Amino acid sequence: MNGFGGFVLRRAVGTVITLLAISVIIYVVFYATPGNVAQITCGPRCSPEQVRQVTEQLRLDDPLYLRYWHFLVGILVGRDYSTGTSLEHCAAPCLGLSYQSDQQVLDIILTKLPVSLSLVLGAMVLWLVLGVGTGVLSAWRRGRISERVLTAVTLAGTATPVFVIGLVLMIVVCGEFQLLPFPQYVPFTDDPEQWAWNLLLPWFSLALIEAAAFARLTRASMLETLAEDHIRTFRAYGVGERAIIRRHALRGALAPVIALNANNVGSAVGGAVLTETLFGLPGIGQELVHAVKVVDLPVVVGMVLVIGFFVVLANAVADVLYAVADRRVVLA
Amino acid sequence: MSLVDVTDLTVEFGSLRAVDGLSFRLERGAALALVGESGSGKSTVAGALLGLHHGTGARIGGSVHVVGTDVQRASDEELRRLRGGKAAMVFQDPLSSLDPYYAIGDQIAEVHRVHARVSRRAARARAVEVLDRVGIPDARRRSRSRPHEFSGGMRQRALIAMALACAPDLLIADEPTTALDVTVQAQILDLLHTLREETGMGLLLVTHDVGVAAESVDEVLVMRHGKAVEHGPVGTVLGAPAQAYTRELLGAVPRVDAPRGASRATDEVVLEATGLGRAFGRGKQQVVAVDDVALTIRRGETLGIVGESGSGKTTLGRMLVGLLEPTAGRISYEGSAHTGVNPAVQMVFQDPVSSLNPRRSVGESIADPLRARGEARGEVGGEGAEERIRERVRALLERVGLEGAHYDRYPHEFSGGQRQRVGIARALAADPRVIVCDEPVSALDVTTQAQVVALLGELQRELGLALVFVAHDLAVVRQVSDRVAVMRRGRIVESGPADEVYDSPRDPYTRRLLAAVPALDPEVAARRRAARRELAVA
Repeated sequence: MNGFGGFVLRRAVGTVITLLAISVIIYVVFYATPGNVAQITCGPRCSPEQVRQVTEQLRLDDPLYLRYWHFLVGILVGRDYSTGTSLEHCAAPCLGLSYQSDQQVLDIILTKLPVSLSLVLGAMVLWLVLGVGTGVLSAWRRGRISERVLTAVTLAGTATPVFVIGLVLMIVVCGEFQLLPFPQYVPFTDDPEQWAWNLLLPWFSLALIEAAAFARLTRASMLETLAEDHIRTFRAYGVGERAIIRRHALRGALAPVIALNANNVGSAVGGAVLTETLFGLPGIGQELVHAVKVVDLPVVVGMVLVIGFFVVLANAVADVLYAVADRRVVLA
Repeated sequence: MSLVDVTDLTVEFGSLRAVDGLSFRLERGAALALVGESGSGKSTVAGALLGLHHGTGARIGGSVHVVGTDVQRASDEELRRLRGGKAAMVFQDPLSSLDPYYAIGDQIAEVHRVHARVSRRAARARAVEVLDRVGIPDARRRSRSRPHEFSGGMRQRALIAMALACAPDLLIADEPTTALDVTVQAQILDLLHTLREETGMGLLLVTHDVGVAAESVDEVLVMRHGKAVEHGPVGTVLGAPAQAYTRELLGAVPRVDAPRGASRATDEVVLEATGLGRAFGRGKQQVVAVDDVALTIRRGETLGIVGESGSGKTTLGRMLVGLLEPTAGRISYEGSAHTGVNPAVQMVFQDPVSSLNPRRSVGESIADPLRARGEARGEVGGEGAEERIRERVRALLERVGLEGAHYDRYPHEFSGGQRQRVGIARALAADPRVIVCDEPVSALDVTTQAQVVALLGELQRELGLALVFVAHDLAVVRQVSDRVAVMRRGRIVESGPADEVYDSPRDPYTRRLLAAVPALDPEVAARRRAARRELAVA
């Protein structure tokens, strides 16, 4: 277990370093651009007086590395913003202030995050069940009619945009047959049952798109594993095909699936814009698009950081899961 | 009824007839070896005995009866009962043949439970019992290890344990020792022998190695192109072969006891290494692959470097050609110190498949060193330079026994032996004085092996090359080498003229190695086995 603990520790350190690197890159990309950064940060309608205040608050006259340092310190321990008359404290992790909406960026994100996480984690369960299930089935039934049908269906899934699937689902389920009300976000903490019913359609539309990629990856990975020598061993010892797939093939085949899943979960937190827009879910993706449109720089930076955080976190979790599945990883 | 009764078996994959009208029988408790070169269909026969070709699209004709089961007509259920329960198979590569994700004991228990109605606990106990039986020390604890925590020999023992778990009547062993070192090979063959004596099970051994067959079986069936060439008692077939092909096959097998003959070595030292060492990694995890090695290579001579896997022989070879920087000691070429890559010292690699770029024609691969040299001398782009290079490559191809017209062909169009010839041509392109061959023939069949070895000898005579021949096969090394260095754990334990080292080895490790080499004569093999047993008891 010592080796495993060491492995987790090394991965954790690596994750922290990656996050730091991401923060540097994001900071440089957004705050070291040519042009009046203070004006951009404050917004187009700011008076010169307000712009001067922003310059002071963000210490935009300092050298770049010092400015980044303040930014980083803000995230790690929090920082104070003077608004001339009063002092506003922004507690860690402080992602800054939105001068356009006069809110702390973190507060904006925290109101949107539960929506995005509800959508993505729920959809993840569905796309894993659908995708991996279909993949295993089509690898097992390879060459038969049932496999060809499955392949065609998953291909159609990949090729169909989310707004087509989503719209069709809504029209049929909510409009034509009125099985469900038109989706409307209900926080989990208010009413778990309504939360689930309302998210059912968004979950399905997002999952159907993603499931196709998982089905194809699982199928390819399964076929590869099934061709390996140790599978032949168990066949030659009379172990049944079901047991071979369940015990020996699936486990080996899941490694790339875990990796893909980490990527998709991470990026879907901020990237499921279409689904969020279509179903009117006030999530991170929608907010990011809005912030970009009105050029609310602190919000954009904060969101990009949070999304980066989720991508890196998801990948770190995937690495550890990998190692749990296959202890040889720890040695490498 | 016979244990195995195969009548007029044919197996076709598409248009390829892998097995063609083969018939043989194996009685209870007897041992038969199917011997042949790659592509002879011997492994296909082994698979057919367990019905492993079912559902793969192969067309199978004739009849196969194994331990009372008609394999051709058997239902899936009957086949499953046969596989592992009545006839168990041991595969070649013991690493890839076990599931990397599960403990070895669990894998054996799983197989046992397919065939015996016992509890999980009882199956696990049986796994420990058979692991103990095949000589895994501390079997209860080691049964919880995963395959990567076992050495190659232990993995092969574990596979044999899996085969034993259900007490089968027939053991089918497909190249069971091919991936193993010679001393480990001897242990595994001895183990198979002992198990057969104890349990009375029949053995069908599939092997390309005539020596392995001589060690292990009563009867030999020589196969070629899917057909039986010769079939009879092992002493007769190997001692007095009736067929030309069998004689050819036996003639190509290098003998560990055949003297080398006159050497053409000169006194002119071309390459010399002193105190050479190489360590990998840092701190606690540091591994010393080569440690304080000194050797000299003279013009026109062949220095054989022999050792088991992990002895550091490949690392040493790579340092000699400058592919790897030594961490200690020095190499001098023609008297002056030398680091880095030297065009005069070239290398021929083990695997002729992966050492050629599959996306470039072989001519281009051979031309690379020529172009590199031209660029260095600023001759590129000169009038007719391209034509001169092509001309030279064609000449090189012809020199190694291929055709100049092969310039534009790709590696997959060549056989293993031909690819190795391409590798040799590429090494020759730079006009080397020394060629380091790292296991140049270990991936080849014996007849091809003999041809490539002969080619190397010819080139050496003609060009006065110095050869360093790195290999694990003691017999091949003796066949080609004037002097031999035996490596173990990064050090040279013994070196000297080949005949001296082989005929009167001084180091106990060299003696152990030589004692483990399979003998072609079954009687000698039996004597050696007895001697090894005594050594083990003592």
